Amino acid sequence: MNEQSAHAGWEVVIGLEIHAQLATRSKIFSGSATAYGAAPNSQANLVDLGYPGVLPVLNREAVRMAVKFGLATGSKVARRSVFARKNYFYPDLPKGYQISQYELPIVATGTLDILLDDGSIKTIGITRAHLEEDAGKSTHEGLGAASGIDLNRAGTPLLEIVSEPDLRGAKEAVAYLKKIHTLVRYLEICDGNMQEGSFRCDANVSVRRVGAEKFGTRCEIKNVNSFRYVEKAINYEVARQIDVLEGGGTIVQETRLYDAAKDETRSMRSKEEANDYRYFPDPDLLPVELDESFIEAVRQTLPELPDEKADRFCADYGLSRYDALVLTASRDLADYYEAVVSGSGGASAAKLAANWVMGDFSGALNRDNADVATARVSSAALAGLLARIQDDTISGKIAKEVFEAMWAEGLSADAVIEAKGLKQITDTGAIEAAIDEVMAANPKQLEEYRSGKDRLFGFFVGQTMKATQGKANPAQLNDLLKRKLAP
Amino acid sequence: MSLHTLSVAELSASLGRREFSSVELTQHFLDRISSSNPALNAYITITAERALADARAADQAIAAGTAGALTGIPVAQKDIFCTDGIRTTCGSRMLDNFISPYDATVVERLAAAGTVLLGKTNMDEFAMGSSNETSWYGPVRNPWDLAKVPGGSSGGSAAVVAARLAPVATGTDTGGSIRQPAALVGISGIKPTYGRVSRYGMIAFASSLDQAGIMAPSAEDCALFLQAIAGFDPRDSTSVDRPVPRYSAELNSPIKGLRIGILKEFFERGLDGPTGVLVNAVLDQYRALGAELVEVSCPNLPLSVPTYYVVAPAECSSNLSRFDGVRFGHRCENPRDLMDLYKRSRGEGFGSEVKRRIMTGAYVLSAGYYDAYYLKAQKVRSLITADFKAAFSQVDLLIGPTSPSPAFDLGAKVDDPITMYLNDIYTIGANLAGLPAMSIPCGFDGHLPVGVQLIGPHFGESRLLSAAHAYQSVTDFHRRIPAAYV
Repeated sequence: MNEQSAHAGWEVVIGLEIHAQLATRSKIFSGSATAYGAAPNSQANLVDLGYPGVLPVLNREAVRMAVKFGLATGSKVARRSVFARKNYFYPDLPKGYQISQYELPIVATGTLDILLDDGSIKTIGITRAHLEEDAGKSTHEGLGAASGIDLNRAGTPLLEIVSEPDLRGAKEAVAYLKKIHTLVRYLEICDGNMQEGSFRCDANVSVRRVGAEKFGTRCEIKNVNSFRYVEKAINYEVARQIDVLEGGGTIVQETRLYDAAKDETRSMRSKEEANDYRYFPDPDLLPVELDESFIEAVRQTLPELPDEKADRFCADYGLSRYDALVLTASRDLADYYEAVVSGSGGASAAKLAANWVMGDFSGALNRDNADVATARVSSAALAGLLARIQDDTISGKIAKEVFEAMWAEGLSADAVIEAKGLKQITDTGAIEAAIDEVMAANPKQLEEYRSGKDRLFGFFVGQTMKATQGKANPAQLNDLLKRKLAP
Repeated sequence: MSLHTLSVAELSASLGRREFSSVELTQHFLDRISSSNPALNAYITITAERALADARAADQAIAAGTAGALTGIPVAQKDIFCTDGIRTTCGSRMLDNFISPYDATVVERLAAAGTVLLGKTNMDEFAMGSSNETSWYGPVRNPWDLAKVPGGSSGGSAAVVAARLAPVATGTDTGGSIRQPAALVGISGIKPTYGRVSRYGMIAFASSLDQAGIMAPSAEDCALFLQAIAGFDPRDSTSVDRPVPRYSAELNSPIKGLRIGILKEFFERGLDGPTGVLVNAVLDQYRALGAELVEVSCPNLPLSVPTYYVVAPAECSSNLSRFDGVRFGHRCENPRDLMDLYKRSRGEGFGSEVKRRIMTGAYVLSAGYYDAYYLKAQKVRSLITADFKAAFSQVDLLIGPTSPSPAFDLGAKVDDPITMYLNDIYTIGANLAGLPAMSIPCGFDGHLPVGVQLIGPHFGESRLLSAAHAYQSVTDFHRRIPAAYV
């Protein structure tokens, strides 16, 4: 169903604020490590703890990564950007302010193309992307009535990517979110791990009557940590807002929290309760001044971007747009695919390789919750399997069985074929002998077939395959059967 | 022998010749501290054991021939500098229980230079004050007259040097906190260029204005110690990576032909009393030394005080947010909930002047007022900086009074913050523009010392020190010691 028609008469307006944790080894303003999952407060030094007298020192790597993002989205990379303090009190915010960027962000006004369900391309505006530090975490587990604070995450570099309110439905929002997710991983600036919180998003959602000029009052849904929840949270919120408005009510500008267990959003705080953050330029940090040579050096490190890669896959491999997009959704998968193609005969194997990489291979990854880098079947091994299909050693059907064995045992295709005796029978005599046996064993069906019951042909194919343990070359089997069964 | 009357250079030479040991020298100052500090209240913490250990190490270095110019010289640290394993209070109840787990860069460098840490000096709470009366540890008294204030915020450092309870002390200057107390107790004090000395480990009051410096009897002593603390520090992004001149070697640079600007705005109003007379006498002295004196104007300078009292509180309101009772410092008893913890910990931990500035700062940064106050103040700040820049295209140094009057009575201005703030009228400009400035003693108003201020262009410390040294070569005000401490 079209997203718009689901809410007749209403237009949905969404803008996303994405927080991508930058994959630096140390924090944005201190030398502490950023690794996930360490013992609480073991990765927090005096700077992270906000001790009296300590000072922040900017991690240049975080700047480089932000610039990379800016260049990849055709954004304006600011030659001069300024860190500002966002002041508020919270136990997981050690200094009582977060160092962020406010008036002069490092990246401004870019765009990103997304593919809609109907196959059309939509350009989404990127308002800005700025660098900031993450806060710590409050923990309550196992502490009785007390609360604990883990400051390992405090000071982790984030790139906050803010979109224009250009998204017109939950599906568009998710498409945009996935596109950014793909991009930051291509650029190797974020690991994209949503469970661990290294890629998360807040959604600003409002609705207005179709044709209305002014935006409706928006609500911000905080920290939704999976693509599915983003879609569900937005859909819930859209339905809620339309309900309120159609019931004659008004939307209150507020921050809402998505509760995945109940599939609903709940009010967290209203605008009136919102903090006055008293932003001002951080006097401990100099403005970030970037010269052309730095920006140019970063540009040289840009990889082939997902859109460029997808275009190339369509052109070079004759893939459909859809297949190209699926295969380029991650750099690892695209690299894997290209390795399989080149290892199994080049462009002529491109479509076959696409089907296998998108099909059985991706299926196995999902099933085992594995990733491309640690897959049990290497690109070379898969190329070996495809070579055996192409040279008729095995059929496509048998190949699936071989693939599962390869995945389970880490063997090459040839080793599995050899060990299981799965080599295809292409000896005409052997196939004919099997057909003769089947015909002799099924005189009644033979007679019915010959008297015109054509659909029994499949029965004979199945029986003969069974007699050859599936190893008969299917095309040959068809030809021989047709000839032999003829009255 | 009166070890406490010797200059740093003399002490260093005598230590080198083994005329006395650093342990003996240190013990001499510790004895003076024991007898005099109770009345002066100038030290918050006396680190006698640490001092003697430092002194023994210094004596070994001297014996081993590895000593530097400052090895074995005792020093007092303003209690705003974090000292590893030693209580660092910043003059506040908030940090009464705070043992710093690390050394400030200034502390680290002075330790590396072989100096001996005598203790931590009293100060206005979080360096907010001009009389040392806002300290949680009570006011420091002026060694020249115990009924008078020593100035602030580095009042403890000023008093220990004036009373010779330490040969040298560190100070910090955000709006005059080294120069004004130096003037009020009759010693020399230098606030270097912003970025010349690392702020790492110096508890922040107003980050864009704070600068560490040296307080000592003479410019010569200041030069020796500034040498040890100046220079780039990668841990402070605002410290400047630029070579440090050899201050002592340049101390005798010729003064003949030096162009000194008489800051018109400083002499126009309120300088007709004894302070004005004394400062004018300094102008004559410089003329006699061969300097050329010309009048220059910084027309926006009279806006310094209101500008400062927007910028500094704004930064302090944010800098002091980390004192929340959660990780360190004062925490209230039995908080009911988080808000109660914040409110009572901060309410009990901070004194009224600190609270006044936090509230002022939060106000000037708040939505709807930011443009009218903070942003406007930053614009005026740029104008003042530009005025100074224009002035320094005509002259090498600027001269003016340090403080409108000599030391005033304890309690005289505590209930009138505006009058108190006007004490900084001559000193704030250099902070707003990030310029180096120094106060040196230039005479007495009755029994109370008066200071004169020299302001230099960015990184002009060497010129400031040599000009001050030239004056001190022909005067002896910097050698005067209050009778009770001779």
